[in-house]
Amino acid sequence: MDKQKNVQELDEVVVRFSGDSGDGMQLTGTLFADASALFGNGVNTFPDYPSEIRAPQGTVGGVSGFQVHLGNQKVNTPGDYCDVLVAMNPAALKANAKWVKKGGMIIVDADQFNEKGYQRAGYKTIDAVTELNLQDFKIINAPITTLTKESLKESGLDNKSIVRSKNMFALGMVYYIFDRPLNFTEKYYETKFKKKPEIIEANKKVLRDGYNYAGNIHAIPNTYTIKPADARVKGKYRTINGNTATAWGLIAAAEKANLPLFCGSYPITPATDVLIELAKRKDLGVKTLQAEDEIAGVCTAIGAAFAGNFAVTSTSGPGLSLKSEALGLAVMTELPMVIVNVQRGGPSTGLPTKTEQSDLNQALYGRNGEAPMVVIAASTPSNCFDFAFQAGKIAMEHMTPVILLTDGFIANGSEPWRIPSMKDYPAINPPIVPENTENFMPYARDEKRLARGWAFPGKKGIAHRVGGLEKDFIKGSVSHDPMNHQRMTDIREAKVQRVKEFIPEQEVYGDKEGDLLVVGWGGTQGHLLTAVQEMRAAGKSVSLCHFNYINPLPRNTRDIFTRFKNIVVCELNMGQFVNYLRINFQDFNYHQFNKVQGLPFTVVELVDRFNKILEGK
Amino acid sequence: MEEKYLHYTPQDFKSDQEVRWCPGCGDHAILSSVQKALPEVSKVLKYNLERYVFVSGIGCSSRFPYYVDTFGFHGIHGRASAIATGVKVANPTLSVWQITGDGDALAIGGNHFIHAVRRNIDTNILLFNNQIYGLTKGQYSPTSPLGKITKTSPFGTVEHPFRPGELVIGAQGKFFARSLDIDVKLTSELMIEAAKHDGTSVVEILQNCVIFNDGAYDYITDREHREDRVITLRHGEKMVFGKNRDKGLILSGLSLKVVTIGQGGFSMDDILVHDAYNPNPGVHMMLANMEFPEYPVALGVIRNVKDSTYDDNVRDQVLEVMKDAKIKCVDDLLNSGETWDV
Repeated sequence: MDKQKNVQELDEVVVRFSGDSGDGMQLTGTLFADASALFGNGVNTFPDYPSEIRAPQGTVGGVSGFQVHLGNQKVNTPGDYCDVLVAMNPAALKANAKWVKKGGMIIVDADQFNEKGYQRAGYKTIDAVTELNLQDFKIINAPITTLTKESLKESGLDNKSIVRSKNMFALGMVYYIFDRPLNFTEKYYETKFKKKPEIIEANKKVLRDGYNYAGNIHAIPNTYTIKPADARVKGKYRTINGNTATAWGLIAAAEKANLPLFCGSYPITPATDVLIELAKRKDLGVKTLQAEDEIAGVCTAIGAAFAGNFAVTSTSGPGLSLKSEALGLAVMTELPMVIVNVQRGGPSTGLPTKTEQSDLNQALYGRNGEAPMVVIAASTPSNCFDFAFQAGKIAMEHMTPVILLTDGFIANGSEPWRIPSMKDYPAINPPIVPENTENFMPYARDEKRLARGWAFPGKKGIAHRVGGLEKDFIKGSVSHDPMNHQRMTDIREAKVQRVKEFIPEQEVYGDKEGDLLVVGWGGTQGHLLTAVQEMRAAGKSVSLCHFNYINPLPRNTRDIFTRFKNIVVCELNMGQFVNYLRINFQDFNYHQFNKVQGLPFTVVELVDRFNKILEGK
Repeated sequence: MEEKYLHYTPQDFKSDQEVRWCPGCGDHAILSSVQKALPEVSKVLKYNLERYVFVSGIGCSSRFPYYVDTFGFHGIHGRASAIATGVKVANPTLSVWQITGDGDALAIGGNHFIHAVRRNIDTNILLFNNQIYGLTKGQYSPTSPLGKITKTSPFGTVEHPFRPGELVIGAQGKFFARSLDIDVKLTSELMIEAAKHDGTSVVEILQNCVIFNDGAYDYITDREHREDRVITLRHGEKMVFGKNRDKGLILSGLSLKVVTIGQGGFSMDDILVHDAYNPNPGVHMMLANMEFPEYPVALGVIRNVKDSTYDDNVRDQVLEVMKDAKIKCVDDLLNSGETWDV
């Protein structure tokens, strides 16, 4: 190994791995991220994959990407643009060249840049550099396929398995460039392929050969290092993505409530992993039912809630549409339930694998009749755990369905997470009705929360009927009385608003008053925070107010808004939250910044927009 | 020791709600069959009242849960099978009864219905089949006969109806029985059989809608012809029917055939014996599909086959995994897999 290399220290770096959807780029990126997290860096990742499992090989439509952002501090976004792009074929280069910083490094598998490769990717010429205007970039042409074959020619593996290992060769090269230790990844091979020692050895060899190759060629004069983040809180860490965190938060809520967890759900991108994670957890008594459709998913959950389980259902936009009638039933029967909606690009099938925040209106209003529901939104991969827990707590203690909004970005994105201890989480005390309660009235309420009692079938002396017809205010029997309907409508709304008294006050990052308040909600937090941090570092009077509790809004919201000269509401939709704020707080003038491209914000565009507002443009 | 289950009477299952079906509606008779059956079910299965849950969808029949003094859930249109499934999986010790109609179960809820049957979740589904939409005042349903004139088919329907038994057996159903609303004794008997069966039990009850489809089943319910036009099947007994008990069913080639005993060279020995427990659905399917005038309409338990149930399988799998689990609580889960210390 070349020890004479020139090592440069960097604060942060963004690497994007891209290739055919069969090239294993998600795994490659994940291994790089995990190795860096274990090394102690701040890490944030984002996968960008096509909705087709295997689009035609070599086409732009089939390109799968995975971006990793490393820093010597905590990093809150996967980064706007990358410093290094790995492109395993011409299609990957074509799809991703626009995401490389000017002058950045591009590593390509030169073997794939042949006539066939160019043709499949739809190039007009057979010269990517000229056609894509890449003259100012540092391009490393490495014959990765050939070198992988060479590396493994004595491995005994068949040709297909050998070629499939080329992603590990590329990973080895990136490890060299960023001075990463190989041992974490080697350990991964050992666990993953426990029963196939020849695969372990082959992967190790390719990884090392890639590493050495990068060290031997003179095309890479510098290598870089990113020191471990030093400001981290001490403790035990792990990597977590949003969907896993959501599933685990729900399990945590069930544990604190001492009730079984039931999940009725139907697979849908990008929410399926919530169901998958829960299905694994039979060891914790979790019951999952993969229903025949979205409607059955939510209806089995309603049945399970009636029968006394902590019931949840998970879905994404189109699935939420299908569930809406049943959600009205949950509102009417006042049963606790959590509906996880991992938002994706809409409308209709839309952009299944891309992120968006355009289901807010549906979550708030998408039901027939006056059907208010608690809506909360997680904002980072790891805090999906906390907000899933909170959703469960509110649902069970307030006897209401709760919609938890996440999105494709935080659901699939991952970050290091300091593992919490369950003893630090509050108890959950649902209003369970004891057996043989005298004069039991199904719709009698506690004064504090306005929640009705939860009376499980199977318990003596509290048999009762509920359903979708309007209920008598106390007895819960069917009532068509006009004044009763008014009263019930009022109290269902009041019950949801009462949650306000039980959630924390809204926090503001930065000064409590100033020129510009940036307002956001949900999964955009990382980008908004990074943009606000950059502007504050440049001396601008900018603060961030990022919402997790949407309905009801925190009680001090108005007070925060009054202290800023300008308010800009940023969201990945056409303005759903800003319009909700306009309804709730009509006396403020809101700027808005909206983006509906299936992509997260970039910090650059946010900073640019905020500066313009400050300049009065 | 609570032994209330020994002492219930039909009165114990009557709620204080006023029954609001039309006078003369077949649902009244079915309600009273259920209220008669439940004390017996309780005795046989040792169920106290609090273990019963009645779940329904939307339609005339779906008002049912309000009239039975047990736990009840009046759901939304078509979704009763899904809601009932959730109730049963959440608490497998409950005795779950789904009340549904031909529109609720076979049109808007067809998907949930066949999947509940396929899973063999241990619920009892009472399917009130009146071949019409009553609550919305007289539109054709998925069981209305081809050509039926209704408000939404003024020139007659142009679509083929479902036969519920065929659908149930086609969806791998393990229990299918049929009764007439007016036959309270048989209906009660079938409820008890349904309750005893582990798995999805579907009982189709041919029910008269006195307002919008009056007389739809007169051809088999009127006293004069009834015994000649229906056959009440009992496991282990010959498939014999008729006023004079002189008609029977035989297998002729691959079809059933009605013969008169003592004529054409057929004796009692030729008549089929009903085997409700046979896993092979062939004969059951033919019996379920028999239609007048070629055949008598089959009543009684047509199919009753043992198999594992969904709710048992769910519970067993959870217990099996928990037995040797390394992860016993959320803290274990959070600390599992790859972690590192700072």
